[in-house]
Amino acid sequence: MSKIYFTKDHEWIRIEADIGTVGITDYAQHALGDVVFVELPDLGRQVAQGAEAAVVESVKAASEVYAPVAGEVTEVNEAIVVDPALVNQDPQGQGWFFRLRLANPAAVEGLLDEKAYDALIRALE
Amino acid sequence: MTSGGGGHRGLVLEEALLFEQGSPGQSGVDLPDPAPVIDRLGGLERKGPIGLPCLSEPEVVRHYTRLSQKNFGIDTVFYPLGSCTMKHNPRLNEKVARLAGFADLHPFQPESTVQGALEVMGQIAQWLKTLTGMPAIALSPAAGAHGEFCGLMTIRAAHDHRGEPRRRILVPDSAHGTNPASAAACGFAVEAVPANGRGRVDLAALRAKLGGDVAALMLTNPNTCGLFEDEILEIAEAVHSAGAFFYCDGANYNAIVGRVRVADLGIDVMHINLHKTFSTPHGGGGPGAGPTVLSEALAPFAPLPWLVHGPAGWQLREHAGPDAPQTCGRIKGFHGQFGVLLRALAYMLSMGGDGLRQAAEDAVLNANYLLVSLQDALSAPFPGPCMHEALFDDRFLKETGVTTLDFAKALIDQGFHPMTMYFPLVVHGALLMEPTETESKRTLDQFIATVKALAAQARSGGEAAEIFKAAPLQTPRRRLDETQAARQPVLRWRPA
Amino acid sequence: MRYLPLSDADRQAMLAGIGARDIDALFRDVPAPACLDQPLPLPAHQSEMAVERHFVALAGKNLSAASAPMFIGAGAYRHHSPAAVDALIQRGEFMTSYTPYQPEVSQGTLQVLFEFQTQVALLTGMEVANASLYDAATACAEAAMMACRITRRDGVLISGDVHPHYAETTVTALQYAGPVVEQLAPDPLGFEDLLGRIDSRTACVLVQNPGFFGRLRDLAPLAAACHEMGALLVVVVAEPVSLGLITSPGEMGADIVVAEGQSLGNALNFGGPGLGLMATREKYLRQMPGRLVGQTLDADGRRGWVLTLSTREQHIRREKATSNICTNSGLCALAFAIHLALLGEEGLARLARLNHAGAVTLVEKIGQLKGVRILAPTFFNEFSVHLGRPAAPVVEALARQGILAGVPASRFYPSYPELAEVLLLAATETNSESEMDLLVASLKEQLA
Repeated sequence: MSKIYFTKDHEWIRIEADIGTVGITDYAQHALGDVVFVELPDLGRQVAQGAEAAVVESVKAASEVYAPVAGEVTEVNEAIVVDPALVNQDPQGQGWFFRLRLANPAAVEGLLDEKAYDALIRALE
Repeated sequence: MTSGGGGHRGLVLEEALLFEQGSPGQSGVDLPDPAPVIDRLGGLERKGPIGLPCLSEPEVVRHYTRLSQKNFGIDTVFYPLGSCTMKHNPRLNEKVARLAGFADLHPFQPESTVQGALEVMGQIAQWLKTLTGMPAIALSPAAGAHGEFCGLMTIRAAHDHRGEPRRRILVPDSAHGTNPASAAACGFAVEAVPANGRGRVDLAALRAKLGGDVAALMLTNPNTCGLFEDEILEIAEAVHSAGAFFYCDGANYNAIVGRVRVADLGIDVMHINLHKTFSTPHGGGGPGAGPTVLSEALAPFAPLPWLVHGPAGWQLREHAGPDAPQTCGRIKGFHGQFGVLLRALAYMLSMGGDGLRQAAEDAVLNANYLLVSLQDALSAPFPGPCMHEALFDDRFLKETGVTTLDFAKALIDQGFHPMTMYFPLVVHGALLMEPTETESKRTLDQFIATVKALAAQARSGGEAAEIFKAAPLQTPRRRLDETQAARQPVLRWRPA
Repeated sequence: MRYLPLSDADRQAMLAGIGARDIDALFRDVPAPACLDQPLPLPAHQSEMAVERHFVALAGKNLSAASAPMFIGAGAYRHHSPAAVDALIQRGEFMTSYTPYQPEVSQGTLQVLFEFQTQVALLTGMEVANASLYDAATACAEAAMMACRITRRDGVLISGDVHPHYAETTVTALQYAGPVVEQLAPDPLGFEDLLGRIDSRTACVLVQNPGFFGRLRDLAPLAAACHEMGALLVVVVAEPVSLGLITSPGEMGADIVVAEGQSLGNALNFGGPGLGLMATREKYLRQMPGRLVGQTLDADGRRGWVLTLSTREQHIRREKATSNICTNSGLCALAFAIHLALLGEEGLARLARLNHAGAVTLVEKIGQLKGVRILAPTFFNEFSVHLGRPAAPVVEALARQGILAGVPASRFYPSYPELAEVLLLAATETNSESEMDLLVASLKEQLA
């Protein structure tokens, strides 16, 4: 069974066993505008929690995607490299960025759950 | 299909690419036959064609003339572009720059044969030092960003020379992007300093961030919100007490030239954009020049070449060594943007010290006139008075469905170049207007009336948003798909 | 004052409208110690006539190539620019326009730059080019940093046949940015060994072709050696007219090509403003600094152009930008584009042949002089000679006679006494045979 968490920098992470799938939220893709380019991490890279893992660019902005928790990059989503529009169309599905093997599965406890994230973005508007 | 509006009426037809025109063997230049010699190319003669198009002179002239007609220019329309100082480009400057005694000089001629050119450089150096009150100047930077780089290099060299490896630069969050980019190029880490509720640098926050590892504060003054940093003396004092240098970004110098002696504000280094304050043309993206004035402490680290005057006349010191022992090095080829320096000097001589002061006053007056005239129709984040530019945000467009971008595009159909949009980043949907002193009251009144009408239209509801979203309608091209341009970059023509 | 439209009546009316007592009220935030209350010791405003007179006098103190035979190259070349070039660049819609951030009102500039990017890519034999940098020297520095980013290495190796200003600028620009730059000693005879110095830390090797001392090189073996070690080959071209006759750096295997574009369309102007060109392979596009113009469609489906891939640049990426560059060299790029458009394929090839033929003729004449050795077996329009005695005094003496006889190597390398007798000479299509004869006769006199 998978569970989804969020960060205050508008990343999401869906956990299944010790693998987390990471992407940016609908709020983030809307703020960015049309995504034109993504830069994904190298496979096997060890990322610390909060470290810059990927970059997402729109026409007018570039944004870092931070690792919600520490881990090792096990997979990247080539589909969004070929078609960056997927990030806008399906940010929490097909628009995922990379997968991590969590260094510490308990680290997700410090992240926001769906309710808390929804409250956060409502406060921003 | 022809397009109308603002100088484009009926004259502009579709213009194909150069590569889609011409015929093989044609040329717009008649050249004699080369003498028959045995070449000394070592077998490296190119084998195939380059692929350049071949056109006669009439075809080339028509091509570029038609292209020019698709452009706005300060010669044709008002550009209220904040931070850019789009003032009139005098033609006298162009005439002077084209004198054979300047244009046909090679940079490596013996110095005895170019004393007049070196004197031009000496004179502009003197003008800029006198205006700013600073003791030294580097003339070689090729643009404002290059001047920032130059200044930061001297700061880094100065700290390293003292044996104090300070690696942090403080930059207000309202700063132009070149500031942190230039700092990063010199190996510094950049930290933002927030603004206070009055749009100026938060002095308490600055004091909290100053420490033994801060190399400098980079400050634009007047700042990018068009406001004079009224606590600047306290800022300078705090920065110096912490052992750091005070870099001033001179992009907005047009507001204070001839009225303020920047040396007395406590700055250590300031670059000056000649293509802004001193009327040299923007040229569709350059060339510019960014001469940088320096304090006594930083002068020894100035980049090469150094212009000096002695019993033998004007000389260039082009090498590190006993003549320039602590120079940070060379940042550009040859001696700097001579043609741009020359044009700026012609402007300075034309305006005189009195004229430059009047220009600053008129620039500030014009901006305040815009601010007061538009503050009811638009929304200004900070109360006036402003300096040479007026800042508005997009609160006045709230719930209209019209964005700052849409508003700016609608201005185009009214025959004005849009104001600066979305900069500075410290207010939402910024609209930054810098009229400069070379706009008449009549033009300003037309602009004010137009902006008021557009604001009212935007707020009228109904289909108003649709009209704004469709703008501009009168230009040779409507809104262009920038997403596609970035997703599938096509950066050159290719043969079919 | 002729550039200030406001009348005193206007000023009064506007101050009243603002509710300000006087103009000083608008400067109230300026601290008193910094207020300029006394007029500065600067001249008052002057008429056009007076200003013109001032500059004509200053120009008169210079000996220009318009009145003296001029044989200097070393990174700035005198060619005849067709009259149409200057007439077109002085059109107000080109000269006084701004950076094309609002594409709907800048299609002229944007199409020119798109064509320019194509011209540069074609000339250099590369896939993609940017919309210009300041000059070749800063372009070399940018190329070196670009190579370090791409390879994630920090070693930059600079050939001794690269223009010393380009090498020095690269060294200066990189000194605090991380990379380690090795600048080899000046190499007039082509003895340096670059291949043996490439290792696993080398990000790029920077070479110039034609070299600073004139020599032409086949760079294919060097390119192969670089690629085998995972390094990039950066080639700088100081004289773009040479590309009308010589194999392009791209065809030789270069990864990044930079150049000085001044010699096409732009006068010498005492060395500035310059025009930096940069071109590279498509795969390195996102690491390339500077502005880029891209093709797209407008809302009516018509072809048009916009600035694109701006997220590499300072106004978006700030401290993580590929470069801090903002203003570049737009009008100089326009002049280059127009001159090249007028020349066309045939014209450029012919111009290049004329230049080479002239240089060959001059080399043959100089080669007759006793004690003078030609140092470069191959060259385009510039070559170096060994005079057999210090070159600087010879150049000074000839200047007093009204001949600008090249530039002594000692001007660039004062700490290399072995180069004191080396003279760099260039001959373009603007140098007639009688000028060459005058130069040679005068040199002969000096060397006797």
